[in-house]
Amino acid sequence: MVDRPEWLGPLMIGPAVLYIVLLVGLPFFLALYYSLTDITAGSRTLGFVGLRHFTDIIGTTKFQTALKNTFIFAVGSQVVVIVLASILALAMQRDFRGKWLVRFLILLPWVAPISLGTIGWLWIFDSVYSVINWTLEALGLITQDTWPMWLGKPYLAMISVVGVHVWRLLPLATVILLAGLSSIPQDIHDAAQVDGASFWRHLVQITLPLIRPIMLVATLFGVVFAFTDMIVIFVLTRGGPYDTTQVLATLAFFTGIQGGDLGEGAAIAVFLFPLLLAVAVVFLRVARRSEVV
Amino acid sequence: MIGVFTLFSAFPFYWMLITTFKRTGDLMKRGNNPFIYNEPPTLENLRVLFFDTLYVRWLGNTLLVGVLVVVITLLLAVPAGYALARLTGRWGEQLGIGIFLTYLVPPTLLFIPMSRVIGDLGLQDSLWSLVLVYPSFTVPFCTWLLMGFFKAIPPDLEEAAMIDGESRLGAFVKIVIPISVAGILTVVIFTLTLVMQEFVYALTFISSVSQFTVSVGVPTFLVRGDVYFWGSLMAGCFIASVPVAVLYNFFVDRFIAGFTVGAIK
Repeated sequence: MVDRPEWLGPLMIGPAVLYIVLLVGLPFFLALYYSLTDITAGSRTLGFVGLRHFTDIIGTTKFQTALKNTFIFAVGSQVVVIVLASILALAMQRDFRGKWLVRFLILLPWVAPISLGTIGWLWIFDSVYSVINWTLEALGLITQDTWPMWLGKPYLAMISVVGVHVWRLLPLATVILLAGLSSIPQDIHDAAQVDGASFWRHLVQITLPLIRPIMLVATLFGVVFAFTDMIVIFVLTRGGPYDTTQVLATLAFFTGIQGGDLGEGAAIAVFLFPLLLAVAVVFLRVARRSEVV
Repeated sequence: MIGVFTLFSAFPFYWMLITTFKRTGDLMKRGNNPFIYNEPPTLENLRVLFFDTLYVRWLGNTLLVGVLVVVITLLLAVPAGYALARLTGRWGEQLGIGIFLTYLVPPTLLFIPMSRVIGDLGLQDSLWSLVLVYPSFTVPFCTWLLMGFFKAIPPDLEEAAMIDGESRLGAFVKIVIPISVAGILTVVIFTLTLVMQEFVYALTFISSVSQFTVSVGVPTFLVRGDVYFWGSLMAGCFIASVPVAVLYNFFVDRFIAGFTVGAIK
């Protein structure tokens, strides 16, 4: 009885599915539900308010700024990451001495706990003792009076958080692209060599098209991580100065958790969902297409 | 070229290490060259970290949560991964992708209802809240990884055992699990690193200092208003980062294989 595949399969997979339904599925629908109620951290009863939260927040500057910043943060960091990761992956393809050490050092930002890595940057960007500023001054590029306040000036703060996020995601994207590059059969490269393709032509017409699916995967993960991440921004700027680096995730945290307005916080967080849906659809199409290969 | 990238990636960690042994007076002088020790190095920051804060306790908390989450993850993901690899047909494949996609649902979307649920369960401010919630992101990913791993094992091995009178379950326990030690170890390492890195839930659920994990304890406790204990902060970051990174580094290729699904053939 227990040994028949039609019983054993569901039996073995059941607990995991049940757990995921209870701890991912249920909270997910709760988030949708909360966003339609006036629930707060202290309240015992729920009143149904329909779409009021949504109509309320969409009109606020705070929300519009956060939405805009989320896009700037996610798209900005992803563009930089993909370009840099491609360059780095191509450079890392060759064998050279000490490659394992270089690989380890390049992977560090991804494998170390991100909140702690970001604190390292907080120190590097420090308004008074910034090592970057000290170096720039020593090189004679800036003076004491023109020290940039990396985390205290609107544009600079955005550049800084994007920079740290790039630092964090670059290793992952690079390793994924490297895996893609190493899966290209060598004889394709050899054939191109024999036909006398130039470096650029080889790159644009052979290498890039072949790693396009994997690039897409790397980008997808990157976009999801960037869109929904709050750690870098929480540690570096708390959304400041004047909300210029506030994103949806941090706004949801400050509203729902610290402010106790669970309903409104949930409504803000729910805006992350359409994006995830789009990512899931693209991901499934990629997965399906590669099954055919 | 590679040198520039390496510098960019590793510099913050190098900086943590340098700062760890600096005297506060040396750190807090604007004129000092930050790259060298203007005053003799000191172990004071480490002393503060280990004896004046609950850092050791946080490490212990993290490890405790990590071990418990590893156990739960293995219990759920090993059978599920095997079932997806062997026992299910077409719908199994759909289910597998579905499970993987739940990995992409971010904590930042779930933490608001979660905080309420944790409160209702009376787990607020307890490490058990993390033990309960963390498998929600380790199980999907590890199930997926293990599925790929079990698929790579030739079915003949189990079939031979079953012909010899072993049941399917018996073959799985006696044959498959022993040769899957490497895969299971990978899952253990990933689960531990994911637990170590998690920040959002820990920040949301835990508010008392003695219950912090490392990733939340260091940033919140060693910053007092505007006063940053930079030396101890950097020491805490470095100690918690680098050993994990070394461990992770050994397994990173498998991790990527899991990430890239079928995009590489």
